[in-house]
Amino acid sequence: MSVIKTEHLTHTYSQGTSYERAAISDINLEIEAGKMIGIIGHTGSGKSTLIQHFNGLLRPTEGKIYVDGEDIWEKPKEIRKVRFRVGLVFQYPEYQLFEDTVYQDIAFGPKNMGLSEEEIDRRVKEAALFVGLKDDQMEKSPFELSGGQKRRVAIAGVIAMSPEVLILDEPTAGLDPKGRDRILGQILEYHQEQKKTILLVSHSMEDVAKYTEQVLVMNHSRVDMFDDVEQVFSRSKEIEAMGLAVPQVSRVFLSLREKGWPVPQNVYTVERAKEALERIMQQGGKAHA
Amino acid sequence: MLKDITIGQYFPGHSVLHRLDPRMKILLTIGYIVMLFTVSNPLGLGVGILFLIFAYAISKIPPKMITKSLKPVIPIIIFTTLLNMFFVKGDPLVDWWIFHISRQGLLTAVVMTIRIICLIAGTSLLTYTTSPITLTDGLERLMKPLKKIHFPVHELSMMMTIALRFIPTLIEETDKIMNAQKARGADLESGGVIQRAKALVPILIPLFVSAFRRADELALAMECRCYRGDVGRTRMKQLHYSWQDGVAAAVTVLCIGMVVVVNIFAPVVF
Repeated sequence: MSVIKTEHLTHTYSQGTSYERAAISDINLEIEAGKMIGIIGHTGSGKSTLIQHFNGLLRPTEGKIYVDGEDIWEKPKEIRKVRFRVGLVFQYPEYQLFEDTVYQDIAFGPKNMGLSEEEIDRRVKEAALFVGLKDDQMEKSPFELSGGQKRRVAIAGVIAMSPEVLILDEPTAGLDPKGRDRILGQILEYHQEQKKTILLVSHSMEDVAKYTEQVLVMNHSRVDMFDDVEQVFSRSKEIEAMGLAVPQVSRVFLSLREKGWPVPQNVYTVERAKEALERIMQQGGKAHA
Repeated sequence: MLKDITIGQYFPGHSVLHRLDPRMKILLTIGYIVMLFTVSNPLGLGVGILFLIFAYAISKIPPKMITKSLKPVIPIIIFTTLLNMFFVKGDPLVDWWIFHISRQGLLTAVVMTIRIICLIAGTSLLTYTTSPITLTDGLERLMKPLKKIHFPVHELSMMMTIALRFIPTLIEETDKIMNAQKARGADLESGGVIQRAKALVPILIPLFVSAFRRADELALAMECRCYRGDVGRTRMKQLHYSWQDGVAAAVTVLCIGMVVVVNIFAPVVF
């Protein structure tokens, strides 16, 4: 059962003026529930426009979007409810924090949902636990925290709404490698424990290769590829032709293959690379074998 | 909604008015405003209106921009019109209950409305044809004499430049924050006045925080490039008066002169 489905989804900015420009055009997608999906593409390829359609922040100029089989724009007045089901974490989400305490900020979403006090409390604590916020941080002002901590508070603010689909737009932009691994690890954990669908927009192919099951490649306002990670990265050449980078190991293995080494095509993480190389070494593989 | 703001908007172009020296444009605009408010009969007012139409015609600014610039001041226009209509004493035209409209009142109201419309249209023409940076540059040069009395002319114009420069940035930022809060279920569209005002808090606080952060960063960046105010500062674009400025000044002075003559010799109507 697909949790999000689009039919001929098209969005044109400034329609009817000389600035008219299609940000996404004719997108037909079916996103399966419970998957962790990476979205990659150039700046300006339409990624952000696409994800803002999934939770009804943008209204398509043409085409339809279904969440759980329901056309979300059938009742435009109830679009707010869609936003509780499809949670969106924007880029640099720490700039949206505004409450007096971390606790209150995380509670903003659940409060807007109109939940009971106990339920809000339960959800806030659960979300805080997921992103690794400590109890003594909950009563602090969000403005006192470090950059990485602020970001985790902002992510918790969306997780606390317990959406079926969680979309994160470059959640690791501007963080150091440690903070990056930490946040992605927590998102993966959340995905595995709660079985929620996760869409991860990222510029880092390494992260996409390491953490996601499927990859959606956007190019020139369209979906170019949408398949399992293995399948997508086996088409490394096409991805590079689009001007996108592939994981570094993929590149290494691509050139090894070109030089005639008998290495498999679907290597895109360091772990796999290690296995593949060990196998060759055991076999005593030679160049031009 | 945020994109409808036209105050201070610049309309790029290559007309004579666009090429005039900003100092000259500011001075002529001031002269025109003074003329508008000293004019004392219909003939003079007619000259003022014709002058404005002529200026708009050579600037090639689309006429619909006039109505666009008038939109935000409509309440003020209505307010002054009504005040003048009901409170200027004179020969009564209508006398009903507490409402008294006099002939003079009606006349003042009409003249006042025309004056305000011309005032807004005239000053809008200045900003439509002058880029904000050039405008503040012109202002700075015009106010230079005030430096003798330790008036911070340069600082003031730098503040204006920065403020104008950051309007689009802040609008974009507001948009982003609004979307982020909407994604968390913030309801910005429904409810009464108080509820709507309350709904603005989650937008205003992050906006202020980021404005302060930007100001801090900008100050640091300016210091890194050795900015220290007006001391020893030179300009890349020097302002020069050209023959076109002379022509513009002559035309405007001629127009003002006509109004003065009309004021002196024609009967004072208002």
